[in-house]
Amino acid sequence: MSLSVKHLLGIRDLTRQDIELIFQTADQFKEVLQRPIKKVPTLRDTTIVNVFFENSTRTRISFELAEKRLGADVVNFSASGSSVSKGETLIDTVNNILSMKVDMVVMRHSATGAPHFLAKHINVPIVNAGDGINEHPTQALLDAFSIRERLGGVEGKKIAICGDIMHSRVALSNIYCLKKLGAEVTVVGPPTLIPKHIGAALGVNVSYNIRETLEWADVANVLRIQLERQNMPLFSSLREYSLAYGVNRKLLDSLKKDIVIMHPGPINRGVELSSDVADSGQSIILDQVENGVATRMAVLYLLGRNE
Amino acid sequence: MKSILTDRQLAITIERLSHQLIENHLDFSNTVIVGLQPRGIFLSDRIYRNLQQLLPGTDIPYGKVDITFYRDDYKSNKGLQVPNETDIDFSIDNKRVILIDDVLYTGRTIRSAMDALLDFGRPAAVELLVLIDRRFSRELPIQPDYTGRTIDAIITERVKVLWKERDGKDEVVLIA
Repeated sequence: MSLSVKHLLGIRDLTRQDIELIFQTADQFKEVLQRPIKKVPTLRDTTIVNVFFENSTRTRISFELAEKRLGADVVNFSASGSSVSKGETLIDTVNNILSMKVDMVVMRHSATGAPHFLAKHINVPIVNAGDGINEHPTQALLDAFSIRERLGGVEGKKIAICGDIMHSRVALSNIYCLKKLGAEVTVVGPPTLIPKHIGAALGVNVSYNIRETLEWADVANVLRIQLERQNMPLFSSLREYSLAYGVNRKLLDSLKKDIVIMHPGPINRGVELSSDVADSGQSIILDQVENGVATRMAVLYLLGRNE
Repeated sequence: MKSILTDRQLAITIERLSHQLIENHLDFSNTVIVGLQPRGIFLSDRIYRNLQQLLPGTDIPYGKVDITFYRDDYKSNKGLQVPNETDIDFSIDNKRVILIDDVLYTGRTIRSAMDALLDFGRPAAVELLVLIDRRFSRELPIQPDYTGRTIDAIITERVKVLWKERDGKDEVVLIA
């Protein structure tokens, strides 16, 4: 058994079998992370470089922990303070790193398609840790893995993805992943933040009413409003957004059932999600973070052989 | 295909191995049993059940260990190994551990298993029980403490242990 792909560039390229193999492997890494010694020597002859052209807390720490717990050697690179500011191109930067005998690249970049471009020019496995507004595959994997853990499966479950769908690579990867696993997906948010033809293009339901959608859903994955990617005003104010689309205790209490709340982080507390909801028993936000390490270990383990 | 142990012989052998364990560990007050995934656990399940019958009222800690992440052929082996469950929910610190597997061949699996085991603590001693010992095939200096049957087989031959739970019948066969 192995993955059908050499790189993890996006969930779009994966088969359902690939995703299930990743989950099956992640189950065992999750057990490793509960042990007194949370480390295995599997990748002890592998060196991995984390190339981050964009800021990150969770993803970067999570990847670094996953690599270290697999016994790999880890090199970190961030664009600030590097020769990128002197004008070095992406491919030169990465080729220079690779000539120092690096076996795998984990990359985040603000440009959509940057890891795909790199995959055409270098021959080591690349893991996309987020590219522009395209995909963030490991986030989608850990999200679906967390749903599977909490609800016992993903197939047939009703998942609402709430908020800034337009600018969110988490949304796109989640939609691909959940659809491949047989879930029903509804995207909900203000019309200005939902791409026009997304329903037909990706096979999801579109809604502009958060209450109706949460009434329908088993799980709400609440996304962050990505102010840094919005170059024109798409809603009048954060306060208005929060009043119309914010998920808060009052809204959840008015539903007939308890739904599961997720958020990929970082949370804008009081904007898309209120604090009392984020920190409640319905929220699996910290489980998502915990599962991120096991899921990423599985991805690195499955790609690391580079046959 | 040649039969090495029939179902009746297999049952007697497992019975004998269980008694040998009792001979050395008496009441199992400081001993734990760990079966090797995936195929060693069929044997360890039977031995565990036997010991429970022979020593009623004794609570012997019983775990399972998977060695996939500890293999020495991650990069060279054809086809990726899908890991199995590891389940050791007790401390092995200062315990006598009996490792159980079906066939001892090159010794590399047992080497990996010992590495995996040491991640759970520092045992007082580790012993090895195998159903079939293919002697003269060792690539590492590892020998069993308890052996069901020792056989001499050439490298192109394969020993397969069949279990009723999985393969429909109990038998050990040599495949040329």
